[in-house]
Amino acid sequence: MPQKLSRSNARFRPLALLGLLPLLAGCDLVVLDPAGDVARQQGNLILISTGLMLLIIVPVMILTVVFAWRYRAANKEATYKPDWDHSTQLELVIWAAPLLIIICLGALTWVATHLLDPYRPLARIAPGQAVSAAVEPVEVQVVALDWKWLFIYPKQGIASVNELALPTHRPVRFRISSSSVMNSFYIPALAGQIYAMPGMETKLHGVFNKTGEFSGFSANYSGAGFSDMRFAVKSLSDSDFSAWVAATKAGGGTLDRSAYLKLEKPSEKVPAQRFAAVEPQLFDAIVNMCVEPGKMCMHDMMSIDAAGGAGVAGLGNVRSLTYDKFAARGTGAGYWGRRYVGALCSAPPAASADRPDARAADLTPLTGAGLPRPAPTMAAFGARPAPSPQS
Amino acid sequence: MTPHPALETSPLLGKLSLGALPLHEPILVATFIVVAIGGLALVGAITKYRLWGYLWKEWFTTVDHKRIGIMYMILGLIMFLRGFADAIMMRLQQAMAFGGSEGYLPAHHYDQVFTAHGVIMIFFVAMPFITGLMNYIVPLQIGARDVSFPFLNNFSFWMTAAGAVLCMISLFVGEFAQTGWLAYPPLSGIAYSPNVGVDYYIWSLQIAGVGTTLSGINLIVTMLKLRAPGMRLMKMPVFTWTSLCANILIVATFPVLTATLALLTLDRYVGTNFFTNDFGGSPMMYVNLIWIWGHPEVYILILPLFGVFSEVTSTFSGKRLFGYTSMVYATVCITILSYIVWLHHFFTMGSGASVNSFFGITTMVISIPTGAKLFNWLFTMYRGRIRFELPMMWTVAFMLTFVVGGMTGVLLAVPPADFVLHNSLFLVAHFHNVIIGGVLFGLFAAINYWWPKAFGFKLDIFWGKVSFWCWVVGFWLAFMPLYILGLMGVTRRMRVFDDPSLQIWFLVAGVGAAVIAVGIAAMLIQFAVSIWRRNQLRDETGDPWDGRTLEWATSSPPPDYNFAFTPVIHDLDAWHDMKRRGHERPVKGFRDIHMPANTGTGIVLAGISLVLGFALVWHIWWLAGASFVALVGAAIAHTFNYRRELDIPAATVAAVEEARTRQLAAAGV
Repeated sequence: MPQKLSRSNARFRPLALLGLLPLLAGCDLVVLDPAGDVARQQGNLILISTGLMLLIIVPVMILTVVFAWRYRAANKEATYKPDWDHSTQLELVIWAAPLLIIICLGALTWVATHLLDPYRPLARIAPGQAVSAAVEPVEVQVVALDWKWLFIYPKQGIASVNELALPTHRPVRFRISSSSVMNSFYIPALAGQIYAMPGMETKLHGVFNKTGEFSGFSANYSGAGFSDMRFAVKSLSDSDFSAWVAATKAGGGTLDRSAYLKLEKPSEKVPAQRFAAVEPQLFDAIVNMCVEPGKMCMHDMMSIDAAGGAGVAGLGNVRSLTYDKFAARGTGAGYWGRRYVGALCSAPPAASADRPDARAADLTPLTGAGLPRPAPTMAAFGARPAPSPQS
Repeated sequence: MTPHPALETSPLLGKLSLGALPLHEPILVATFIVVAIGGLALVGAITKYRLWGYLWKEWFTTVDHKRIGIMYMILGLIMFLRGFADAIMMRLQQAMAFGGSEGYLPAHHYDQVFTAHGVIMIFFVAMPFITGLMNYIVPLQIGARDVSFPFLNNFSFWMTAAGAVLCMISLFVGEFAQTGWLAYPPLSGIAYSPNVGVDYYIWSLQIAGVGTTLSGINLIVTMLKLRAPGMRLMKMPVFTWTSLCANILIVATFPVLTATLALLTLDRYVGTNFFTNDFGGSPMMYVNLIWIWGHPEVYILILPLFGVFSEVTSTFSGKRLFGYTSMVYATVCITILSYIVWLHHFFTMGSGASVNSFFGITTMVISIPTGAKLFNWLFTMYRGRIRFELPMMWTVAFMLTFVVGGMTGVLLAVPPADFVLHNSLFLVAHFHNVIIGGVLFGLFAAINYWWPKAFGFKLDIFWGKVSFWCWVVGFWLAFMPLYILGLMGVTRRMRVFDDPSLQIWFLVAGVGAAVIAVGIAAMLIQFAVSIWRRNQLRDETGDPWDGRTLEWATSSPPPDYNFAFTPVIHDLDAWHDMKRRGHERPVKGFRDIHMPANTGTGIVLAGISLVLGFALVWHIWWLAGASFVALVGAAIAHTFNYRRELDIPAATVAAVEEARTRQLAAAGV
């Protein structure tokens, strides 16, 4: 009865929106058409899940329109059963239909969530292209500052602000933290986002499959300068990346603790900036909130606490440590002033390469924690079995 | 960049000084002038027509659930206009700020606007609306004469209103929070938000939260203890069922919000470290706690409206609700499941894959009972005789809109998809899709449906339709572009944009918001025109829609005591059943009716709480101490008030019922 339906324009509005679809071709839906393998899998998952749900959404919408039209009061020909209010078969169907969809979607979710866990080292750089054991991921340490991004390349010993250069086709491992408040580190073309939080470290893995210029930004509101907290992302060929590193090294500038403390102060719309040298362990000091000289690091504090604390005697000795700097956003001294703890001796934090999370990637496909690994490959995600088994 | 240094404190005025008045912000000065003129005109009119006594005696001090319900709705409507003004300001800013333009709002103002928009729309619009609706309808639907604790009801309303007033004061004295509507630390901590904005946020929510929690307890007890004889739980109308579940959620989750905000308060006021970066404080703990309240909160908002849609669909299809039992179980399932999904608001905070998938899948599971509900409404329409009056139009619009919002919601529950859509405009489009398409459309259905019950005349259809079409079209125009922008990787709470190709979508969204504005204006005109033409629109029967539940059994508006005799219930659709069995309205044998007496204590306590909140915001310690003592004193004084009840004499009841008999006879019923 479509010709009848067209008269009930009220109910056709959502379908009319389909007419807008061609318009979309003109805009850059980066989430669905990214330049990195991880983001592409995430984008595909959006399409698959949407398709799965449309299986039930579309019939519901059509039924709504059809019933609304057919059983309108003016239509005296339609059956009218005012006391009909139950049907066991129908009840079974209306509970079972969404249940089935959710079972499928739930299975998909379980698998995809494990497979695309941002903490999980990459197993492939593109569909059908496993990461070879010889390739070492590029490590970038990311710090969200008020209101700009700091990128430290520990292997290369360089750093940059609001400019991120990455070699194409190489897995990238980000270690992410923040200096003051929560931000979210997000490069839509590369991979999903993860929060950047002070005193904590989060991780993200990704790979670019195309060269080009992209943009990254903070996806979590962090204060007045938030809108301009954007950075350029350059996906470069290996040789261009080497050239970029070399140019950075030749460009001079050193990011040591005092330079970092200056950089950390709030500023907006900061132009890209590079540093030829970085103080080693700076990132670990940032995560442990002890960049300021003489300040006790969190891992020290925790090891003292783990050993039972310094006791009552320690109270006099261990003056309180306030990291949240009242002057940080130009707000004066605050209530408690600046007080420091003299650093105590303890073992230095493990170097990055020795950390447990720096182990070789487990490249076998995952179905989920505790589930046996399947024999067939996960064709839907293009993951492939790979040589190195995990301990 | 940060021109707002910490404020000096003085013993007399705390942090408050002339500098706190935003005299340098022309937008705020103009708003203040308009509000002041409007306020003065209102006060002048009330004084001129000598309405103060009437308002005080009949409304401000009332303990009648119906009047309190109406006052809640008026509060919601006023705050809605404020919240919508914020929305328009955001749309305008985002449509302008391209290609180097800074727009017209500086960050300090814009960041307050989006924070206030969220806070006001949830706490001071949606919550008063649904509380008002439940207050008005639930006692009538269960055949009760009032709620269980009528004074508490009045007190709850005034506490909610006091919270709203404190929030509004921040517009003209000081500033509001610049943190986003949930005020995540460390940003909301004293180190990064040293001024009074977050304190306004905290204290307005805490004051209003007292009202919300108490009103939740009140309504639960009412529903459990005051049902008419014969109304077993499984014979309760669906709206009452969904209200029961919503109130259980309120009572179970609002204390979590109170405690979370109390911990944040301690961090800000006395230097504890629950949510700071220092000394083992964990901002992540705050994010968890606030969403343990926050997710059930969205079900608190939507569940009562699911009840409204059930009532409306059944009434206007002239048919019993399909699958009442499964509807009730679906509601209970949603209630329980809503507690175990909170982590889906922050998949991106670094939880492991197993934790993320657990919360993702529990979230999806909620769509099963929700889907079942939709099918139940569909099959209620099936083989019905659907009258497309305004409430039914809103219901069909809801069904077609809400499924889209539900679908994008399930999509966001897939963690890897959320990693690319989290905090994006896609998310913003999603929750507006369910809150406007579900909560607001439901409220509009409810207002059009129950207005004749509350006032004795129907709402004007023409302006109702204008409003309906503007809202529906405006909604799609305003939020579809945001879905697209989200897929283009645009994040929310942005003040300025680089990429000029985005602007067109923001312009479309702005046009949509303007169309919605017309819809709102049409709705206000609809109210005005209906009041003006009330004699033509009058309904004498008390049952204008051929209703099915008990509220339609009494007159419109119902008498103070609701029912002269408590009805006895035999069937789910009690009133429909009574009509079918040829129910005779009792016309004699009336007895005295015992009712609660009005009291001014509620407004006094709430007024003192407002002063206390203001004093705490500005660190005016002497005033805080004095008002706290006054608060406790007034509460104790109230316990010595023994004039809490009155009897409506049988003669009065007989006279009222006699008038009703004549009215019905004149209407030919």
